[in-house]
Amino acid sequence: MVTHVDGNALAGPLSEIFRADMTLATGECRHCHDTTVLARALVEMDEAGFAVHCCECSHVLFTVIRTPERTWVDLQGIAGLEFPA
Amino acid sequence: MTSGWKVGTVVSTRTETPTGRSITIDVPGWPGNIAGQHVDVRLSAPDGYQAVRSYSIASAGDGEWVQLAVDKLPDGEVSPYLVDEVQKGDQLELRGPLGGWFVWRPEIDGVPQAGDVQLIGGGSGIVPLIAMIRSHAASESTAKFRLLYSVRTPEDAFFADELARLEGDGLEITWVYTRQAPEGWPTPAGRVTLDALRSATFPSSGTPAVFVCGPTGFVESVATWLVELGHEPAAVKTERFGGA
Repeated sequence: MVTHVDGNALAGPLSEIFRADMTLATGECRHCHDTTVLARALVEMDEAGFAVHCCECSHVLFTVIRTPERTWVDLQGIAGLEFPA
Repeated sequence: MTSGWKVGTVVSTRTETPTGRSITIDVPGWPGNIAGQHVDVRLSAPDGYQAVRSYSIASAGDGEWVQLAVDKLPDGEVSPYLVDEVQKGDQLELRGPLGGWFVWRPEIDGVPQAGDVQLIGGGSGIVPLIAMIRSHAASESTAKFRLLYSVRTPEDAFFADELARLEGDGLEITWVYTRQAPEGWPTPAGRVTLDALRSATFPSSGTPAVFVCGPTGFVESVATWLVELGHEPAAVKTERFGGA
């Protein structure tokens, strides 16, 4: 079942991969070049993982797919991430 | 930060609305939380299937007790269990506290916060906002708070008694009833409008911090109007759930 949430809800799942609080990271969309915190992104989540969309143009910023054996992260739509000090 | 999953024990539950309940959980090792943060709750079925959902925390500050408040989604996998089934003494797996963006701190570097705070909630979107209201009430902060709370009917309000108690002490509340207003209410039931926002919320000229939480459609309408009313987009923090 797909649930729709926002980037705030990524804090827990992304803590399994990244050490920083990713909801505070600022990312630039490769499609529309809007730059904002991941907390504002739109997220579709299901058992297999999640797709994170730009809050302005809704293009995919990145996807995370999990299986029992491994996790794939595809950062196709994000042009960089900046973290507060 | 997080250190994986913790096991908490339900201390008490309270019916808040016809479809919603608050749940207080004792979580040994809980480090306390900032108002507005959330937890992930993980349920495991006997066959190994697991479901994880994020829930805002209604409580704030130190201590190992965490209060959640949950509204039941009819086709949900986790919320019906939390609203209808979980009982005092049951155990739940939690991960958190999580999220450092949709938060309000009563003080920064030891200095109490004085800046105005506008809270706008729809339905169970009140949960992180009441954490901010409680945190404010318990602190030295001289900030003025305003809450605009949109609910379908009076009985759909979470924490109604507590909000009534806290109103006045640095907190102003405006209620919006979308389906049915109390008898004698001055305005007919209806959704939040741009005019309601203009008249009941802090003007953008005072550069208040603004927190909006609720269903996706509600949050998107309100956030768009707030920017029309002159608020800086970066000053409007949002947390949305459900919808497409």
